[in-house]
Amino acid sequence: MRIALIATCLGDALFPDVAKATTQLLERLGHEVVFPAEQVCCGQMHVNTGYLKEAVPVVEHHVEVFERARFDVAVAPSGSCVGSVRHQQAMVARRAGRTDLAERATALAGRTYELSELLVDVLGVTDVGAFYPHRVTYHPTCHSLRMLRVGDKPLQLLRAVEGIDLVELPGADQCCGFGGTFSIKNAATSSAMLADKVDNICSTGADRCTAGDASCLMNINGGLTRGEKGVQTVHLAQILNSTRERVAA
Amino acid sequence: MSSREVVLGRIRAALAADTDAPPPVPRDYVRVGADAPGTEPVLEQMIDRLVDYKAIVDRVPAGEAAALGDAVAAALSKAGARSVVVPSDLPADLVDASGRDERVVVADGRPSVLTPTELDGVDAVVTTAQVAIAISGTIVLDGKAGQGRRAISLVPDFHLIVLHADQVVSTVPEAIARLDPIAPLTMIAGPSATSDIELERVEGVHGPRTLHVLIVG
Amino acid sequence: MTSGTFLGIPRRHRHEESPLRGETSFPKAAKTALANDQLRRNLKHATGTIRAKRALVVNEMPDWEQLRDAGAAVKTDVMARMPELLEQFEAKVIERGGVVHWAADAAEANAIVTELVRAQGVSEVIKVKSMATQEIGLNEYLEEQGIAAVETDLAELIVQLGHDKPSHILVPAIHRNRTEVRDIFLSEMTGVVEGLTDEPKQLAMAARSYLRAKFLSAKVAISGTNFGIAETGTVGVVESEGNGRMCVTLPETLITVMGIEKLLPRFEDLEVFLQLLPRSSTGERMNPYTSLWTGVTPGDGPQNFHIVLLDNGRTNALADQVGRAALHCIRCSACLNVCPVYERTGGHAYGSVYPGPIGAVLTPQLTGITGHDDPSASLPYASSLCGACYDVCPVKIPIPDLLVELRARAVDADRSRTIPGGWDAAMRAAAWVMSDAKRFAAVEKTLAVGRLVAGPDKLISTLPPPGSAWTRTRDMPAPPKQTFRQWWKESHPEGSIARSADPADTEQKDGHR
Repeated sequence: MRIALIATCLGDALFPDVAKATTQLLERLGHEVVFPAEQVCCGQMHVNTGYLKEAVPVVEHHVEVFERARFDVAVAPSGSCVGSVRHQQAMVARRAGRTDLAERATALAGRTYELSELLVDVLGVTDVGAFYPHRVTYHPTCHSLRMLRVGDKPLQLLRAVEGIDLVELPGADQCCGFGGTFSIKNAATSSAMLADKVDNICSTGADRCTAGDASCLMNINGGLTRGEKGVQTVHLAQILNSTRERVAA
Repeated sequence: MSSREVVLGRIRAALAADTDAPPPVPRDYVRVGADAPGTEPVLEQMIDRLVDYKAIVDRVPAGEAAALGDAVAAALSKAGARSVVVPSDLPADLVDASGRDERVVVADGRPSVLTPTELDGVDAVVTTAQVAIAISGTIVLDGKAGQGRRAISLVPDFHLIVLHADQVVSTVPEAIARLDPIAPLTMIAGPSATSDIELERVEGVHGPRTLHVLIVG
Repeated sequence: MTSGTFLGIPRRHRHEESPLRGETSFPKAAKTALANDQLRRNLKHATGTIRAKRALVVNEMPDWEQLRDAGAAVKTDVMARMPELLEQFEAKVIERGGVVHWAADAAEANAIVTELVRAQGVSEVIKVKSMATQEIGLNEYLEEQGIAAVETDLAELIVQLGHDKPSHILVPAIHRNRTEVRDIFLSEMTGVVEGLTDEPKQLAMAARSYLRAKFLSAKVAISGTNFGIAETGTVGVVESEGNGRMCVTLPETLITVMGIEKLLPRFEDLEVFLQLLPRSSTGERMNPYTSLWTGVTPGDGPQNFHIVLLDNGRTNALADQVGRAALHCIRCSACLNVCPVYERTGGHAYGSVYPGPIGAVLTPQLTGITGHDDPSASLPYASSLCGACYDVCPVKIPIPDLLVELRARAVDADRSRTIPGGWDAAMRAAAWVMSDAKRFAAVEKTLAVGRLVAGPDKLISTLPPPGSAWTRTRDMPAPPKQTFRQWWKESHPEGSIARSADPADTEQKDGHR
């Protein structure tokens, strides 16, 4: 299958390893990955902060770039970015009176998937042949869980990973406190939410915390390193891309 | 302009820009339960729910008037009730049973009604009911035959309800269909309770602290 | 100084005091609340308990989603047909011997109720817990008029005796634990037995004895209503303790205050709402007591029945086609209990009698926003948009979408400002950058500066404002040496053509093309 990668703006600038892992994983599974190089951002940050008008050119750019590209399906290793594509882009366009753009955004959203959705629902794989010898706990991010309803798809994928010791995260469905600009505008509340998430992660005894969204992991990791908790964060794509050969290397 | 006109005017103005008619209400929730009223699974669920609410439940075989009378008297005696109020149209056999063991029976409604303070001096109340809902363990009183004024089933501390099996329906919609909307309705699910302190449920506050249900059939 | 609209350069305003408006912005109030460890513990315990209860009784319902859909559709219908349904409701109440009053705002509702109480010649009334009367500050108003309003719900009584403010829609004293309640009773309640312990059972019994005489002698009661059924004129109170039954049954006069959005078109609609409400609210299959009455029933219950139909900002919300969904709210409070923000700050931080996620959308709509310094203006931002509130809402109010919409309204209202605020400037610049890959790549290059301030652990632990809000409690990763698009260029020199390990795969892919 020809799969277009949405690297996400955050992934491109700060977490290139996540997009790299997604690329390598899909290529290893025998698919062709394309990266429409003009892509930037889905518009989520603007929308969630209330700058819906400012989001219009961002959304329009995203839609145009991916309309021009030739692919079967698009994938983003981010529940919130896919949530933004699927649930916000058309709304942003409609609110600005851009019915045409709303329809185009809806059509594009129809073939855009979050990584675990793509693997399990579209490509029909749960065992991607990964090897990851760590004790891992999984945080189901809010947008994956409640906006996309990915359910246990990430867990299906993780359970099939060789060598993994998957441990349940208490209070897993609770938000980590990121919420984009919420973490700045309501920093004290956000920090309190993060502190509880960090405590829950540490209570599992895991040495790795994973999730399907680099932004939530950035928040969680920020709390873990500040507290010197010794737990590392790793994106789901990175675990799935980890193989015996890579670990040996 | 009256406030009525002001408010209605504001509402009409607020809705003026509406173009789409609201969609019809989907009613594909469970309206009629799998089991018919009064059948064993329905009764079992009803009892399970009532017990969960800390109500006392006994079953009495249908058509055995003596057994029912004994059960009524036993329930009241066990609760230590020395006096009992009954609606003036409660079936005679239930009134007689209520008065056993030298209990004082006061009929409310004919010729006169009791004041709240008088009711507060009575230990117990015996009533029938209109319908009961198994899925939620709810008993509905509507003030009709054998149920009396709302006050009598509220103020005394012990409430004994005689429920007939065929009055127990499976679902909430089945019960709503059996009710007279303009009758004063009281729906009861267990004895009075509160969860206001640390969200922990405690039974028995202002309403009757004990609810005893006799299911006939 | 006069108050203005939420347009143009912000000015200082004096906000009208209202039970719907706090004194400080949410972030500031939240900070105070977060510093209170006892409060945090109380809230965590209480919200955790009720969340678990709700989940249990909702999960056992095979048709829960169908009930939610029906509930949402009924409420949509109510909003669309409100004038005719209100008129029908009014006619039915009158037909059954009730008296209907209309109140455009809180002041009018308070005046109507006061007159009705005075007409009965009493100076004390008993009350059933009611959000509508809290919203209009009825108790405080009656007190000014020399009328004592005695709250009879246990939690409301705790709040009233503690000279406190409610912090939750369902359990207004959720911020108090048993020991605090015991202490309030010991110092404020007359006739409390000596040696009262903090056992919830004992505390409930203390409330029972305290209120018993008042129930038996009260001449006038005041209630709200959970529903107003247009087809029949029926209203009702859903409760647990029996205090509601006492109030709506024993006194001669009953005054019910009803928000105009409480309508249900048909009696049949109760079959939906009597299932949705208790399970969402207290996490019970059915609350212990539900009383429904229609006007006056000769010989049973109050023989004088008055209903006050309250607008108080509801028509503001109704006029907003997006925002009106907030009026669907049936005050179950499930969204408060699952909200990670509410769980940590409690209700007082919201400054409104309607706290939590629904309060954050409903409050600003009811009051309107007067400017940036209006504390209510900060409420739509009091959410991480985690979506838990929508999942539990029995009438499917899309609270996260409404929060985003309200944020957008606030931003839109500011567009005429000649000097944009910090966020405006940042967001506009970001939009310019994020709608063009070249500009974005250029900015990415400047990010490399971040590598210089990072420590050997590749973490940034101090940032200038507003980033300092982040780095106060957590680290920021240093930008990587290479962005993804740089890596892609190197690793995929032929552009989008993939390098495949298996030539057979390439063939397959060629076929697919």
